[in-house]
Amino acid sequence: MIQFGQYVVGGLATGSLYALVALGIVLLYRSSRVLNFAHGDIATLATFVAFTLLGRAVPFAAAVAAGLLAAAALGAAFFFFVLRPAREASLLGKIVITLGLALVLSGVMLVTWGADTQVFPFPLSDTRVYRLGGVVVSEMSVGTIGAGMALMGLMYGLVQRTTLGLAMRAVAQDATAAQALGIPARRIYALTWGLASALGGAAGVLLAPVVYLDPYMMLDPFLKGFAAAVLGGIDSLPGAVVGGFILGIAENVFAGYVSFKFKTTLAFAIIVLVLTVRPEGLLGREYRRRV
Amino acid sequence: MTAPLLEVRGVSIAFGGVVALDRVDLEVGRRELVSVIGPNGAGKTTLFNCICGLYRPDAGRIAFEGRPLPRRPDLIARRGIARTFQNLELFRHSTVLDNVLLGRHLHIRTPFVAAALGLPRWKRDEVAHRRRVEEILDFLDLQAARHRRVGDLPMAQQRLVEVARALATEPILLLLDEPSSGMTAEEKADLVHRIKDIREEWGITVVLVEHDLKIVMGISDWIAVLDHGTKIAQGPPEAIQRDPQVISAYLGETA
Repeated sequence: MIQFGQYVVGGLATGSLYALVALGIVLLYRSSRVLNFAHGDIATLATFVAFTLLGRAVPFAAAVAAGLLAAAALGAAFFFFVLRPAREASLLGKIVITLGLALVLSGVMLVTWGADTQVFPFPLSDTRVYRLGGVVVSEMSVGTIGAGMALMGLMYGLVQRTTLGLAMRAVAQDATAAQALGIPARRIYALTWGLASALGGAAGVLLAPVVYLDPYMMLDPFLKGFAAAVLGGIDSLPGAVVGGFILGIAENVFAGYVSFKFKTTLAFAIIVLVLTVRPEGLLGREYRRRV
Repeated sequence: MTAPLLEVRGVSIAFGGVVALDRVDLEVGRRELVSVIGPNGAGKTTLFNCICGLYRPDAGRIAFEGRPLPRRPDLIARRGIARTFQNLELFRHSTVLDNVLLGRHLHIRTPFVAAALGLPRWKRDEVAHRRRVEEILDFLDLQAARHRRVGDLPMAQQRLVEVARALATEPILLLLDEPSSGMTAEEKADLVHRIKDIREEWGITVVLVEHDLKIVMGISDWIAVLDHGTKIAQGPPEAIQRDPQVISAYLGETA
C-alpha cells in the first residue's frame, strides 16, 4: 500500500506538469480551434530565457517571471503577426503554421544554446525529502505539485470569475456574436495566446530540473499534455487537469508495478479506451457547429 | 433639418466578381422604424454586415451620429449599434440569463480586482446590471426560460434571446436580421408588438430586414427595397406595395 502511495505521489508531480501543458493546449483550442504544435517549443524557449538570466545571477523569481513573460510575448506576437494575417487559411493550414513555428523555434534554440543538456538550477531539491506516513516525497515534487495547483487555481479564477474570463468564454463560443457585443475579440485571442504560452513556460521551468534542459526537452511532455487534453475532452479546462493527473498517475503506477519501458504505451491504451467509450473525452463537450 | 442617425452613402461591395451591394444609399433618422426588404440574395444581410464592420465595403462610407464608424466590429458596437443575426449567433451552451448578461459586458466598468474581491462597488454595479437584465427578460417574456440552455430552446425563443442580448447593450440603433423566421403566426404577431415597443417605449431606432411582408407593411415608417445589390425603391408601405419595380422583383423571384 505504501508502495502504491509512493507511485501515486510521483504521478501527481508528473500529472500536474501534464495538466499545465494540457491547459495551455486546451485554452487555445477552445478559443480558436487551433492545435498549437509549437506549445512545447515556446515552453522550452521560456525555460532557456530563465536559464540564461539565472546564469547572469538574476534572482530565481525574476528570471522565471522574465521567461514566462517572454513566452507570453512570443505567443501574442505569433498571433498578431502570423496567425492574424493568415486568418483566411483553413484550420489545418493554421495548425501547419504552428508546426512551422515549432521548427523555427527549435532551430533558434539549437543555434543559441546548443544541443547539449544543461543543468537547470532550481531552488528546491530533488534529494531533500519529506515523509508522509511512509511515503517519501521530495521537496521538488511538493514544489511542482504546489505550483501546478496554484496555477490551475489561478486559471480557474481568471476564466470563471473575472470579466476578462467572461469575454474569453464568449469569444470561444462565438467570436462574431462577442464582437457584436463590443468584446474586442482580437485582443482576447492575443491574450489567450499569451496566457497559454506562459502556462507552457511554467511547465517547462518545473520540468527542467527533473529532465535537464535541452532544445527537445518538451517533446515528450508536449505529446503527453496533448494526449491528456484529448483524454479530458479537448475543449474542457477541467478536463485538461483531470486528464493530466490520470495520465501522470496511471503512467507512474504502471511503470512501478509492470514495466517502466512500456509506460508510454499505457498512456496510449488509456486514451484509446476512453475515446472508444466516450468519444468527446471525459469532460468534453465538443461544440457541434451548425451546418 | 437634423442629420440622420445612420447615413449609408454609395456603399458597394463585391465578393470575387459577384456584386453584393452596388452604390447603396440609406438614411435612417432617430427613432425611425425602417425595413429593408428584397428577394433572397438581394444584399440585405450584406448591408447589415457592412454597417457592423464584419465586411469592409469596397466603396462608399457609413456614418453614425454624423461621424464615420470605426473599422472594428467591437468598437462599432460600443458606438451604440446592436444587431441580431439571421443564422443565430448565440452562446448556445450558456443559459438565457448568461447570454443576456454578456450583452452587459460593454457596461461593466468595475476593475478586475474589485470584482474578484467582491468589493461594494462591484456589488452595486452587479445589482444595476441584474435589474436591467430582468427588465429585458420581462419585456420579451423570457423569464420562464432564464436558466435553460439557449441551444435547447425552440427557434422562436432563440430569436428572442438574440433580441434580448442586443437590448442589453443599450443600443441607439438596433438592426434586426429576419427576426421572425421560424416563428408561428402567433409568435410573429407577438414579435410585431415587441418591435413597436422597442421603438416607442425604449426609444431605440430600428432597422429591420424581414421576409414576411405582412410584418413589414404593418410596422414600418418607410421601406427600402433591395434587388441584386441595388436599391430599387424606397417609400412608405402603401407606395411600396404598389411600386411596379418591387412587384416585378418579387414576382420574378417566385416565377
